[in-house]
Amino acid sequence: MSAPTETPDTAKSAAGKAPTAATGTRIVRALGTGIPVYLLLAVLLLALLITDPGFYEPDSFLSFVKRAAPLVILAAGQYLVIVCGEFDLSVGAIVTAGVVVAAELYGSFPDAHWLVVTAILLVAGGLAGLISGLITTVLRVPSFITTLGMMLILEGAAFFWTGGSPQGVLPTAFRQLGRGTAFGWLPWAVVACLVAGTAAVLVMRSDFGRTLVATGDSDRAAALAGVRVIRVRTVAFILSGAAAALAAVLVGGFSGVSAQAGRGYEFEAITAVVLGGVVLGGGRGSVVAAMAGAFSLQALFTLLNLQGVSGALESTVQGVIVIAAVGLGAADWSRLRHRRTPPGSGPPDRTPPGTTHPTGTHNSGGTPS
Amino acid sequence: MTLIRNLRGRALAAGAALLAAVLVTSCTSDAPAESPPAASGSGSTADAGTGKQSTFFEQAEYDRQLALAGETPEGPADKPWEQMLNPQMTDTSQYKMADPSGIELCFSNAGVFNPWRQVGLKNMRAEVKLHKEITKFTVLDAQGKDDKQISDIQELSARGCDALIVSPNTTATLTPAVKQACGKLPVIVFDRGVETDCAVTFVNPIGGYAYGAVAADFLVEKVKPKGKILALRISPGVDVLETRWSAAKVAFDKSELDVVDVKFTDGDPAKAKSIVTDALTRHGDIDGVWMDSGATAVAAVEAFEDAGKDVPPITGEDQQDFLQAWQDKDLTAIAPAYPTFQWRTPVIAALDILKGQKVPKEWKLPQPTITQENLADYLKPGMPPLHYAMCGCESMPGFPKDWGGK
Amino acid sequence: MTTVESAPAPSGPPPKQTSLSMKKALRSVRRSVDPVVGVWLAALAVTVLGWIVVTAQGGSFLTTANAVAILQNCVALGLVAVGQSAVILTGSLDLSVAYLISLGTLVAAETMASGGVVTAVIAVLALSVAVGLANGLIVTGLKVNAFIATLGMAFILRGWIEDNYTGPAGEVPVSFQRLGYDRIGPVPVSVFLLIAVAAVMWLITRRTRLGHHMYATGGDEHAARLSGVRTGRTVVIAHVLCSLCVGAAALFLAARLGAGAPWAGTEARYDLESIAAVVLGGTALAGGRGGVAGTLGGVFVLAVLDSVFNQLSVDPFFKNVVRGVVIIAAVAIYARPRRTPKAPKALKGGGSA
Repeated sequence: MSAPTETPDTAKSAAGKAPTAATGTRIVRALGTGIPVYLLLAVLLLALLITDPGFYEPDSFLSFVKRAAPLVILAAGQYLVIVCGEFDLSVGAIVTAGVVVAAELYGSFPDAHWLVVTAILLVAGGLAGLISGLITTVLRVPSFITTLGMMLILEGAAFFWTGGSPQGVLPTAFRQLGRGTAFGWLPWAVVACLVAGTAAVLVMRSDFGRTLVATGDSDRAAALAGVRVIRVRTVAFILSGAAAALAAVLVGGFSGVSAQAGRGYEFEAITAVVLGGVVLGGGRGSVVAAMAGAFSLQALFTLLNLQGVSGALESTVQGVIVIAAVGLGAADWSRLRHRRTPPGSGPPDRTPPGTTHPTGTHNSGGTPS
Repeated sequence: MTLIRNLRGRALAAGAALLAAVLVTSCTSDAPAESPPAASGSGSTADAGTGKQSTFFEQAEYDRQLALAGETPEGPADKPWEQMLNPQMTDTSQYKMADPSGIELCFSNAGVFNPWRQVGLKNMRAEVKLHKEITKFTVLDAQGKDDKQISDIQELSARGCDALIVSPNTTATLTPAVKQACGKLPVIVFDRGVETDCAVTFVNPIGGYAYGAVAADFLVEKVKPKGKILALRISPGVDVLETRWSAAKVAFDKSELDVVDVKFTDGDPAKAKSIVTDALTRHGDIDGVWMDSGATAVAAVEAFEDAGKDVPPITGEDQQDFLQAWQDKDLTAIAPAYPTFQWRTPVIAALDILKGQKVPKEWKLPQPTITQENLADYLKPGMPPLHYAMCGCESMPGFPKDWGGK
Repeated sequence: MTTVESAPAPSGPPPKQTSLSMKKALRSVRRSVDPVVGVWLAALAVTVLGWIVVTAQGGSFLTTANAVAILQNCVALGLVAVGQSAVILTGSLDLSVAYLISLGTLVAAETMASGGVVTAVIAVLALSVAVGLANGLIVTGLKVNAFIATLGMAFILRGWIEDNYTGPAGEVPVSFQRLGYDRIGPVPVSVFLLIAVAAVMWLITRRTRLGHHMYATGGDEHAARLSGVRTGRTVVIAHVLCSLCVGAAALFLAARLGAGAPWAGTEARYDLESIAAVVLGGTALAGGRGGVAGTLGGVFVLAVLDSVFNQLSVDPFFKNVVRGVVIIAAVAIYARPRRTPKAPKALKGGGSA
């Protein structure tokens, strides 16, 4: 929680006039923060090649991407929320609830078209995000608590409704998206991942994306510049919820009904985003790097699995690598910043008068505009 | 300048750590047998791939369970939940109630954190409904917290219950609380035990060793010698699961099978599917899959299908989705069970005790196995995918609707 | 619990430092009085409501047995949450507490089985200091975000536990189990442990220079650094303090469980629960505002809720729904009056919005 206070003054001044900020600088800066994750990904992919030369055969590699797809989509959604200065801890619960609800729906309506069920899930996920967003922005509850509560509520409600376990089976048509392939070789999950990834990049390139980053940088400055902070943040939560619902469709498709389909996904998604050099507290980082972070994490899981590291020690290795990678990212980035900062600019005085807490999740209140 | 030097040092340190970590993981690759602690106790070829034996392994208990599995239980043949193996009856006249018509039964449950426990609790509630003399049935759910279950037991034993049923979350840690409760009212323990015999009766099926051995013996019989076995476990450190694996390990070590991987799935089907897919990539082929529980069995089957391979002999559990897949895909499979009908027995035992009838000190229930021959008996169409077939609930009022079936 | 309730409402440390930014950082401290009162009022309201509902259902809520159970259920979470308050006040966070508890109970029980109680206590506290130090140094030295640093530490501890323990281990002598089971009158002995730890933490945060530095660092790290606070060292110490509290919780749980259990901390989700309790107690997640007294109130609310659910035999899944709603609603209610006056002031002159 101390890292966000390192936000450079360049970012601050850019945020002040966010809508007109030079896109070029922003992209360079975004790439800068992402460099460590691309390196990490490259190292991991290389290690995978050494471990298992067969990994890069089209089938194996596509199946790897297919498995990574839910996490990548979750990371993209989580990025939107994190970059505007919030958290979404409820995504794991949305995945679990999504799978359980889909199975329950099929229990009652076995002939429902898969598109209808998928659409219902996406809308429901967006709705959960809308509620989290409104509670966070309008009621000014820190998003950590909002989404923690939402996590308890969703999991509890889904299982309370189904009496502990869902009654239906997910039919083949619904599971195609997570399990099947297009043209006999391209997994639909990879297509979904590409579509979601492209959409996320387009969102971030749009005006909305810029206001999102500006809001995370300093919601007060953004509000002064005319950003409707409440609306921007709420939309980010809606998108994150919908992304989680899409991930639920993929996970449910990939592995079928399970009562713990989404367990641990919230932390994995946040870890992926931070691995991608995105700062918790908002305002900095690129969505592509966040998705690369998700791929890195999945590559790490696969590597650990292929290595045959003693099953029990896997967690330890994972913990060390994540800490080291983020530490490397933080250090590397700081150095870059110092190179770029013109000499003699002195210590950045970034604290506007009256602001006691320039960063963090509590600043969620926006302008009632 | 110092600042920059510090930053650079930090970067180097972090980078070194990262590189070291990546190197450590990639360097042990070709020699899984030498991979650090797990294999340290096993140099010989006899147990290649299966790692060291669990510290939980008890030869005497192992022998006892395997012997029990061969016994014929006493009791009604169509009601396995009332059967008992080798019972040593104990006198309960001291607990006899003067008027056993308004009984308050209390139950301290470890939690309902998995489908097995959910089906079990439904069985127990249904059993309670069968007995009109039980006027109140109180369930406190510890949600997996040992600390809360201790408080729950204390609370229930102070509440005026006539008998207390306990399903402990952890064997060792609930011993003191159960000891305290024993002094106040008759206690019935089931599923996991506690390290005291102060409970009037301890209800449980034969146990994990028998479970693991049945599954492993099946693979030894069905898979050709030198065949590659993949063992999938839920998570380390859970006593009832450790026994399953340690029994399987004994069987595999004696056989000529080659256990190529022992992996933990966390009970997550997606992770299980990934592990099987990776194992197929890494070893080319897998000739048999051993599992310590059924939650991820279907995911493993699908991993073979998605890779375009035939599903090898596989072991599962009596979970509905696995039995369905077994029948639909004509698998070579076996499903040992840790039957959920054991949730009915404690209620029956409690009533016996309150009526002053003799009960076994340790009420050992049979532990049937689902095989190709009796698969059709256990597979009930219309049940939810996470239902456990060996619930003994088919003839209870409310079936199948209360269990989520149609 | 009366001891805690009657504790003087903290009025904030006197601003000894004359530096302007230090003053600014400390200004928020005074505001923290409201949530403390708020959360204890909420605790009272939950108790009264629970009493009414349970009585209406034909149960009896205000019995000695029940009061004992509520107090007892406060202890473990209370100890963790008091520690968590220290790090959160400083602007950090600790997600490794659950696994540290598990490892702590295992180390305690195993050492007690082979060595003595004193050795075991020292071993657990040493382990705690080591983990806290590691957390703090990773956060401040490697500049890894606390969320990730402590999550990574949680994974490291998890692997260590899973690799070395295959289930419950060790044995706690009956003499030490008394900590978990004995009580003086209606008050469990362990509650005094909680009160003692909370009191020490309250003194540290409110009455020492270190405490001022913690508030200042959490309030505005940059300003604190400019006014001469060694923020890095403060964060490290906060992490060590937190881990020590967690160590105390592990010792208590070992006494209560009579053995070490690998899932003692994780099944109970002490990581997220403790954070929920801290925030419920009015401490700002971003740091700089709040305190130990509020945290105890938050823990008390959760314990009373649990007891009401127990009395009513609420379905465990529905229980989660209610808990989620209560946590959100409580924070929403007293987040409101504190922030509303701030917003217009901050936006003065920002007519374009």
